Amino acid sequence: MYRSQVLICGGTGCTSSGSKVLIDTLKEELKKNDLDKEIEIVVTGCHGLCEKGPIVIVQPDNIFYSNVKKEDIPLIVSEHLLKGRVVTSLVYEEMVTDNGLKPLRDTNFYKHQTRVALRNCGVINPESIDEYIGTGGYEALGKVLTEMTPDEVIQVVLDSGLRGRGGAGFPTGLKWKFASGNRGNVQKYVCCNADEGDPGAFMDRSVLEGDPHAVLEAMAIAGYAIGADQGYIYVRAEYPIAVARLEIALKQAREYGLLGKDIFGTGFNFDIELRLGSGAFVCGEETALMTSIEGNRGEPRPRPPFPAVKGLFESPTILNNVETYANIAQIILKGADWFASMGTEKSKGTKVFALGGKITNTGLVEIPMGTPLRTVIEDIGGGVPNGKKFKAVQTGGPSGGCIPAEHIDIPIDYENLASIGSIVGSGGMIVMDEDNCMVDIAKFFLEFTCDESCGKCTPCRVGTKRMLEILEKITSGKGTLEDIDKLEELAAFIKDNALCGLGQTAPNPILSTLKFFRDEYIAHVVDKKCPAGVCKDLLQYKIVADKCKGCTLCAKNCPANAITGTVKEPHVIDPDKCIKCGVCMSNCKFGAIVKE
Amino acid sequence: MKSLEELKAIRDKMQGQLDLRAAQEGKIRVVVGMATCGIASGARPVLNKLAEEVANKGLKDVVVTQTGCIGLCQYEPMVEVLEPGKEKVTYIKMDPEKAARVVEEHLKGGKPVAEYTLNQTNL
Repeated sequence: MYRSQVLICGGTGCTSSGSKVLIDTLKEELKKNDLDKEIEIVVTGCHGLCEKGPIVIVQPDNIFYSNVKKEDIPLIVSEHLLKGRVVTSLVYEEMVTDNGLKPLRDTNFYKHQTRVALRNCGVINPESIDEYIGTGGYEALGKVLTEMTPDEVIQVVLDSGLRGRGGAGFPTGLKWKFASGNRGNVQKYVCCNADEGDPGAFMDRSVLEGDPHAVLEAMAIAGYAIGADQGYIYVRAEYPIAVARLEIALKQAREYGLLGKDIFGTGFNFDIELRLGSGAFVCGEETALMTSIEGNRGEPRPRPPFPAVKGLFESPTILNNVETYANIAQIILKGADWFASMGTEKSKGTKVFALGGKITNTGLVEIPMGTPLRTVIEDIGGGVPNGKKFKAVQTGGPSGGCIPAEHIDIPIDYENLASIGSIVGSGGMIVMDEDNCMVDIAKFFLEFTCDESCGKCTPCRVGTKRMLEILEKITSGKGTLEDIDKLEELAAFIKDNALCGLGQTAPNPILSTLKFFRDEYIAHVVDKKCPAGVCKDLLQYKIVADKCKGCTLCAKNCPANAITGTVKEPHVIDPDKCIKCGVCMSNCKFGAIVKE
Repeated sequence: MKSLEELKAIRDKMQGQLDLRAAQEGKIRVVVGMATCGIASGARPVLNKLAEEVANKGLKDVVVTQTGCIGLCQYEPMVEVLEPGKEKVTYIKMDPEKAARVVEEHLKGGKPVAEYTLNQTNL
């Protein structure tokens, strides 16, 4: 029996900022103070506030220590765990007020959130099936197997209004319904798409790392609903912690008989296998993913036939995203009405977003659909750091688009984002400030899709390359106004003609930046200037003679020896030698160097 | 596992552990003084006994936690019971047996154990 628990985040974010060392140090310190029988260490999944990691939470006091270092552990043990005195200097600063500590869930980062898919992340030990069961885990599976018919299960999912969280937003219940015919007479499969490839998105990884059993349970429920006895999880090999925890979870579920033959004595059989993807972005596309599971090169094929008719191994198959599955058990237990009471008319429930880029609180947030973008950026995210101006947010990764500052009050849901040329997508949100060049952003995503194009169809293979070349021409100052027209024409053609989602959505970053930031393209082409000062070929570093004190610091630090001048005299930059690295500017103490 | 009962048994077994992490608002808070004075006079076994008994009896609405020096070092180990909407009850010179009785009679039964409490005559 433990009187208190210390929760340490073992997600990828906190692990990379050093939580493993903390766990070892804490173990030692507890032993040293003879507290190891009184206080339990629980290694959890992600709490979402990755910016403040590594995160250590002491329960039942609910004290949230942020940015904890190894040296802080002895203090936390001797003061807080032994003597009950909270180490205020290490507490997450938002909790500390003049009137004492306020609860974590009243802080800006957490108070706007509703955690459904992430409910167990950061709360339970993902490597313990008992803890998952302790939160009501596998009760939904028990309920559907003993109390509900497969059609009733599908009806509940339909009524909940749950839509695919991987990007396209297709109604999940409908997908299951399409695959439900002929139960028991044909082989069917339930697949989980854990091939999270969008740059900046990491919600699926966090669910797998923090609550893997939620996905296994939901897949078994889906298997019962459509009449399948075999599942596959296609997960990226680049997610080693997620893979390891899935393997542990599968083993435990089989040992308990929650996967395998005759589950709960009802005669229902279901098991799951893992398939590791080796990092091809196209394998997140459903037909390519299934081709890859079959052991072939990951390439998409035309639809129809849809997977519900002819999917994996030519059998009816459903494929859902990790986050979609993470909602299922809660919908079964709490009912369709509960889920449908959250969100907007056509977008129900909550959605997880990964906040990144120029934002104070980098991390993972789960909000009800319909929450205004402003709440996410300013309240939860804490706004743009360093006093810079918010310019736009890129949603949906390489398939998505930009939402400019003038649309910051838009309520986030599938329809609203689509109406302004962006998408909810998998939920990546990359925040940009005045220092980001929108043409450069479009070029970044095009480099990605061009690189990841599988090459099967010409519009994508050749088209993305040609679009990238035009963007490179524009950012190097050689573009013309005709290039912009050509870019738009090409984008429209690729959108209509590419074989799969990768190609069809690849032009989106260009189309949406052209729609909202056309003036920046024009500035690159006509004025040969990059307004944000990003595109190197259009930049020149200069020394303002009046401000230069001749301290020689810039000349000493210049890696290209492009700066000359004598002590106490204004220096000069030779534009032919300058490689535009910006080292001189960041070293100048007098603000004498400008780029234009 | 072949039945829902077995699943429920595991859930019940885990409840005490997971309750520590649930929201604490509106619950009865049992606070043990764990400063040097408290620890020296034996507050730790009291704290552990309280936590153990509360979990064993499945008292979901009770949180056992600790604090620093309560201020009356000669009466340590001290335990305060803070119940929303009720006056604070302070127990003094506690030991594990007394703690078990407080859990049974006060926290479970709702009736403070008067003979262990701090009152005017002590001061």
